[in-house]
Amino acid sequence: MAKVLVVTSGKGGVGKTTSTAALGAALAQMGEKVVVIDFDVGLRNLDLVMGAERRVVFDLINVVQGVAKLSQALIRDKRLDNLWLLPASQTRDKDALTDEGVNSVIADLRTKFDWILCDSPAGIERGATLAMRYADEAVIVTNPEVSSVRDSDRIIGMLDSKTVRAERGERVEKHVLITRYDSARATRGEMLSIEDILEILATPLLGIIPESQDVLRASNVGSPVTLNNADSAPARAYIDAARRLLGETVTMMVPVERKGLINRLLRRRAA
Amino acid sequence: MMNLLRLLGGRTASAPVARERLQILLAHERGLRGQSDLLGLLRAEILAVVSRHVVLDPEKVIVRMDRGKNVSTLEVDIEVPNGFERSIVAAAT
Repeated sequence: MAKVLVVTSGKGGVGKTTSTAALGAALAQMGEKVVVIDFDVGLRNLDLVMGAERRVVFDLINVVQGVAKLSQALIRDKRLDNLWLLPASQTRDKDALTDEGVNSVIADLRTKFDWILCDSPAGIERGATLAMRYADEAVIVTNPEVSSVRDSDRIIGMLDSKTVRAERGERVEKHVLITRYDSARATRGEMLSIEDILEILATPLLGIIPESQDVLRASNVGSPVTLNNADSAPARAYIDAARRLLGETVTMMVPVERKGLINRLLRRRAA
Repeated sequence: MMNLLRLLGGRTASAPVARERLQILLAHERGLRGQSDLLGLLRAEILAVVSRHVVLDPEKVIVRMDRGKNVSTLEVDIEVPNGFERSIVAAAT
């Protein structure tokens, strides 16, 4: 059965688009049929991070408004057969998205894909609320930094009240994904620890993505980090996170850069 | 103690401060969350009740909640048209 997963955060610049691309590609590499949808109408970027920016003809708004068919707007990834992108419109504004339109697009995608990953825009307005509206699961991307944690808390509140699942009295399964994590700084007490963040947000952990040059390198060339360099520390962390989404039990650790050989175990209970 | 740590470590750990500030802030913000809806509901119902008797400008009904340490207050400010005041005085006499 198809799963709709929203990648959200409240705060901008924490890594939602990077994470959507990386998790989407990782799930596709594991054989799942995946579509990633850009909900950031007016400021689309998922196409760029996926390396499909020159192949966009129709977009989500065109489909919502009936100008184009879903099959015309979906872009198949050149590297992975079972990975697709539904881009956002660059010229329209977010008011062009309607609840009914998004509902029907998602219902249609549910019949065609295993995973529907919705890349939410920053903020808590229309684009963000519609990205989460039909979600079964949510990945809350959080940086170990006070403003990001505060915004994540706000978004968790919205996931528990403004989604269709919440209104039906059901739960959206929520996961925190910590990105740009620097274990050396956390150890020195210069950065909020994983334990601090999880305690404050009271939400289970999906993964810890280390701060890394590989993330920028991958976006520079338009390739999800899990495809660009699958052995890099952030790619391994995203692949582990994707396996957890599939229900596997994977030991939580922070992969480190050094030749990819030394993995430092980080237990949730340890400081 | 902090000074000693600073001397020894060269830097003070700021993460505990971040954690404490967040815990205090979020405890407060979570408390406020349901409330904006409560105020909206109160405002709508108060407006409906008073409107049965007086013609009101919906914009002139203000409901405000003030959270104090020991006591919280609910302030309802309704501006009524002048003609209404006279009719109350007339009814009373």
